[in-house]
Amino acid sequence: MSRQKKPVGLEKRKVIAGYLFTLPFTLGFLIFMVRPLIQSLYMSFSNVDVSAGGFKILFAGLVNYIRAFTIDIEFNRLLVEEILRMCINAPAIIVFSFFSALILNQKFVGRGIVRVIFFLPVILSSGVILGVEYNNSLLAGMQDMIANSNAGTSITGAIQKILVTSGVGTRAFRIVFEIVDGIYDVAISSGIQIIIFLSGLQTIPHSMYEAAEIEGCTAWEKLWKITFPMISPLFLVNWVYTIVDFCMRSDNQVMEKIRSEMVVQINYGFSSAMAWIYFVIVMAIIAVSSFIISKGVYYYDE
Amino acid sequence: MTSENEAMDGLLQSKSYWERNRLSEGYLLKKSIKAVVVRICRATLLFGMCFLILQPIIGKLCVSLMAEEDLYNSMVIYVPENFTLANYQLAADFMSYGESLKNTIIISLTTAAVQIFMCMLVGYGFARFNFHIKKLLFACVILVIIIPPQTISTSLYLHFRYFDIVGIFKALTGTSINLRDSVIPYYLMSAGCMGLKSGLYIFMFRQFFRNIPKELEEAAYVDGCGIFRTFISIMLPDAKPIITSCFLFSFVWQWTDIFYTKTFLGNIKLLSRQLSMIGDRLDAYVKMTLGDAGGASVGYTNCIVSTGTLMVIAPLLILYLFAQKGFVESISNTGIKM
Repeated sequence: MSRQKKPVGLEKRKVIAGYLFTLPFTLGFLIFMVRPLIQSLYMSFSNVDVSAGGFKILFAGLVNYIRAFTIDIEFNRLLVEEILRMCINAPAIIVFSFFSALILNQKFVGRGIVRVIFFLPVILSSGVILGVEYNNSLLAGMQDMIANSNAGTSITGAIQKILVTSGVGTRAFRIVFEIVDGIYDVAISSGIQIIIFLSGLQTIPHSMYEAAEIEGCTAWEKLWKITFPMISPLFLVNWVYTIVDFCMRSDNQVMEKIRSEMVVQINYGFSSAMAWIYFVIVMAIIAVSSFIISKGVYYYDE
Repeated sequence: MTSENEAMDGLLQSKSYWERNRLSEGYLLKKSIKAVVVRICRATLLFGMCFLILQPIIGKLCVSLMAEEDLYNSMVIYVPENFTLANYQLAADFMSYGESLKNTIIISLTTAAVQIFMCMLVGYGFARFNFHIKKLLFACVILVIIIPPQTISTSLYLHFRYFDIVGIFKALTGTSINLRDSVIPYYLMSAGCMGLKSGLYIFMFRQFFRNIPKELEEAAYVDGCGIFRTFISIMLPDAKPIITSCFLFSFVWQWTDIFYTKTFLGNIKLLSRQLSMIGDRLDAYVKMTLGDAGGASVGYTNCIVSTGTLMVIAPLLILYLFAQKGFVESISNTGIKM
């Protein structure tokens, strides 16, 4: 009798332990996430009146949303710009980090140093350090001027001119050149992604490559038939991480606008509305794109 | 058969390269040329990319050592003509470097410690125990990862500005408490796994603990070890690498974070916040001391901002050089998958 009871007791204890261990998250989620989330959703439909003693929320319907889309002069433009930038940069980051990981996984002299340098952006591209260079509007204007005046002398500019005059340069090319010109942005935001890909590459069993070599596989075939499918789950992880990271970067202009609207203008309702619009769009992008990617993901274990 | 092979190898080794090439009908030469070409391409590519990443830091370092007249001198590009450390002195004054550094270290260390400890517990709970709402709760973790904190910041901001526990304080003193200028809310959030990138850490810990064989704990249970003691004495020692790396990431990201700092730690002098204000301070300083209505020039602002940035990241760079392995290796161990 007692022998039968004991495992039941342990199972029960384990369930309780499970709740206990995750209790901090549950509490934190309810207090600092669910409540503010609902409140901010409600605020986005209202006007918030802040006075010395407290704040009053007056329901106002869709006013803030209408204001964001039709009245505010900046919001639409910033939103479109940021999302376009994300659509161009995120795939570029994934491709860049994949190939960097492939190279860093090979054996060569000085690999340790190269790895140290490649992961340096994990530190350097975070938070304030990224944003501070765009802080001074005068400085930014000056940089734009320098960039424009140098356009003729840069290599990509020259190639672009040649292609355009010969009639090849189309819109697709322009996107390519934009990526090439922005390679620094891509390189500094792909530190974590490289680490994740690298860890995936190292888990691929060596015997697979050996078997393929014996069968007469070329390196190109090995890349597409072994490496690619084996780390395809990581493409999904990296894709989501890249987009999320992009939304939270400190030089994201939409976020900057939301923040300034909140802290400087003290217009809580309007800033909540903008935050929700942005959030819903980003969620939709993540959901659709990860659904498409997950169709192509191959799980070796299952 | 093998002895024949060995004899063949010996024969081949004694012959010159060209002899061997002739024997393999040109294959050997082709192969070595290919290897050299691949190496050269790879070295060029890597050198270029490393330069790309390092160039801004090198540029900042050079600019920070220049005197003001060098900035306007088009002959001076990287090597300063009038070497000076005055920029560092000025930037340190603008940022009140000593005080800010101390505050930043304290805040980063404590929040990182609180956050990582809590996330570790939660991650372990998700990895090992089965309970009814586990799947739902884990979906919430994913949600926390992908919700931009800006979405809820408005509400949290008000919440802490007029903080009250079911109206107790209002009844006692007549007003609610303003927690916005104190550190407490941020610690509370870190403890509730809602701090900076907490969801990510939970995810990483969960992946790590899932990969540790279950038999280890089962053996401990059989020997009569309780669940919490098993966690402390069996799992914790195993989890050292992941704790180190999560702690380092948390520390570094907290150090450079500007969003949470601006929103919740408004009044404390922290490096990241001080750095973001350095341009305006310089402007005011130039206006006041030189009586120049135009304020600081673009070049000079750039120089001081670069100096400030270097001073903010210098401690992190030193930390990174020493703990480089801790940053990189443990992530490889987690085997992140979705």
